[in-house]
Amino acid sequence: MTLRSRAVMASTALAGLALAAPAAAQSLNALVWCDHADPELIRPFEEAHGVRVNLREYEGTAAGLAILDQSRPGDWDVLVIDAVDVGRAVDLGLLAPLPADALPTGDFFPDLVMEDLNTRDGQVFAVTEKFGYNTVSFNRAAVDADAMADMNSLFSGDFTGRIAIYDYYLPVLGMLALNEGIATADLDAEALERLRGPLMALRAEARLVGEVVASQTALATGEVDIVVGGGEWLTAVLAEENPDLDWTIPEQGALLWAQSIAVLADSANPDLALEFVKYIVSPEGQARLATSSCYWGMPANAAAAGHLSDEERAILRWDQQPEFLARAQRYPVPDADLDAAMQDLWIDMLQQ
Amino acid sequence: MSPGAGTRQGWGFVAPALLWTAAFFAAPFALMVWLSLSRLEGRAVVPGPGLDNYVRFFTEPSLLRGLVVSLEITAVVTVVSVALAYPLAAIIAFRVPKRWQRAVLVLAILPFWTSYVVRSYAWLLVLGQGGVVNAALMGLGITDAPLQLSATRLATVTGFVHFFVMLLTLTIYANLVQLSPNYARAAADLGAGRVATFVHVILPLTLPGVVTGAFLTFVLCMGDYITPQILGGNTELTLPQLIMMQLGRRGDFPMASAMAVILMAVVSLAYLACARWLRVERT
Repeated sequence: MTLRSRAVMASTALAGLALAAPAAAQSLNALVWCDHADPELIRPFEEAHGVRVNLREYEGTAAGLAILDQSRPGDWDVLVIDAVDVGRAVDLGLLAPLPADALPTGDFFPDLVMEDLNTRDGQVFAVTEKFGYNTVSFNRAAVDADAMADMNSLFSGDFTGRIAIYDYYLPVLGMLALNEGIATADLDAEALERLRGPLMALRAEARLVGEVVASQTALATGEVDIVVGGGEWLTAVLAEENPDLDWTIPEQGALLWAQSIAVLADSANPDLALEFVKYIVSPEGQARLATSSCYWGMPANAAAAGHLSDEERAILRWDQQPEFLARAQRYPVPDADLDAAMQDLWIDMLQQ
Repeated sequence: MSPGAGTRQGWGFVAPALLWTAAFFAAPFALMVWLSLSRLEGRAVVPGPGLDNYVRFFTEPSLLRGLVVSLEITAVVTVVSVALAYPLAAIIAFRVPKRWQRAVLVLAILPFWTSYVVRSYAWLLVLGQGGVVNAALMGLGITDAPLQLSATRLATVTGFVHFFVMLLTLTIYANLVQLSPNYARAAADLGAGRVATFVHVILPLTLPGVVTGAFLTFVLCMGDYITPQILGGNTELTLPQLIMMQLGRRGDFPMASAMAVILMAVVSLAYLACARWLRVERT
């Protein structure tokens, strides 16, 4: 190859890069939970729109809001958030209105449209994308499933040292509230004090208090046989490895978790962000999100059933959802003071 | 060159370091101290100055316990690491042939070319119910059932010691190889036995290296979040874990700043103690 031909090729390559630059620069920044980080979920959207999706994972609404606080306006386009916290984000002026007719909520499980959470004054600000339960996960080979039908058995002494507590105060305190006969919506400062004793008693029975990976590892390795606060999101990804890992909703009930997705008000790419939201709640996107490698969960859009295998639907317990939904209560929605009190109680428990 | 020119040249040499320190340490630290004197109300930071966060830290047993737990773990880790690292460094320095010493040191630090997080998770599997340690104990008939080794303070200490023994070995080894053999020979000529030579000659001469390594261990151990988070199983919270909780869950930057200032004060006290001790030794 001559020097001249090399120079021509190099110039062509540079010109190509320059032409490609605008497309490569178009990107979407999403603040999400770990289930959105699955390439199988994101790649089809990137390929369909010729864009790059930059993801940052976070856990807990406070952490997400803190990240937004520290960011410049326009840094983020999309936010995934606990459905019960959508109102907080709306109050802070963080979310952009969404066109209701662009969202397939007509195909959703009716309980999961959650208009009271995702809508404000008739305007939609977020859409539910995935849901499941914080309840009791257990190893069927080591624990009698009948015993797990009653939350009180966790305090019986039969499982001392074989329990892990999921390290998230809202669902676990919610579950203890249900066991005390307190509806999660009625959980206030006074009711919270009633949970101190049961929480400390549960801690005394537990071997560890762990976040998602630690709880999952403990259950998978036999370190513990029960995870309080677990659910399908904890065990479904392990089902292939160990079919004995199971979950149930005790007679006292369970907590319904639901995550919503929204476009941020100061998004630099609002149209692309809306396209991303539409993709996530589409039947194809919902099926991929439901079986994400980080954790599984039920899709809000019932039309996703056609894109899931029989086996996947069985693991998700698709057919039992009406019964489960009837027995589950939503997360508590504490104000700032009650939230601080809950976290203080949680730290007291950890330091016990 | 005039004395004034020499001074200017000196300032010229140190100016980059001073500017760097001012921009990336002094200014952020001052900001953190100021933030620690503010307080969180709802989701809003109310500017200080006030001591609310400090008062809360020292009056809430669960928060104060974080400092106590950190100090206890750090003390145990530092003592155990020094006790294990010193003989190891001495063996490498005095028993291993010179031509093999570098290779032995490389072998010793080889495990640390892997990720810190992965190593911590590896310890979780080693110490787990079905891990190597429990399998060995039961295989040898020492225990009938697996012991709870993971998700304990023992697991946290083990993870820390694994790391810091190597750090201390390198520090102490560097001190030992610089010692002239004539010190030991002179002591022997004066009738000192091996133990007396070690206690009265070798140990005092290598103490600066030991204290330097111990101080580094103290600082890194006090401020570490990963090891207790993975291996401790949240059975108790250290000060860095509490700081992370303030940031990650509450978004309470003022309280987290106050805790960070307290952590820094403890480390500074440790430094002053070490520096003072070293100065006394040198006189």
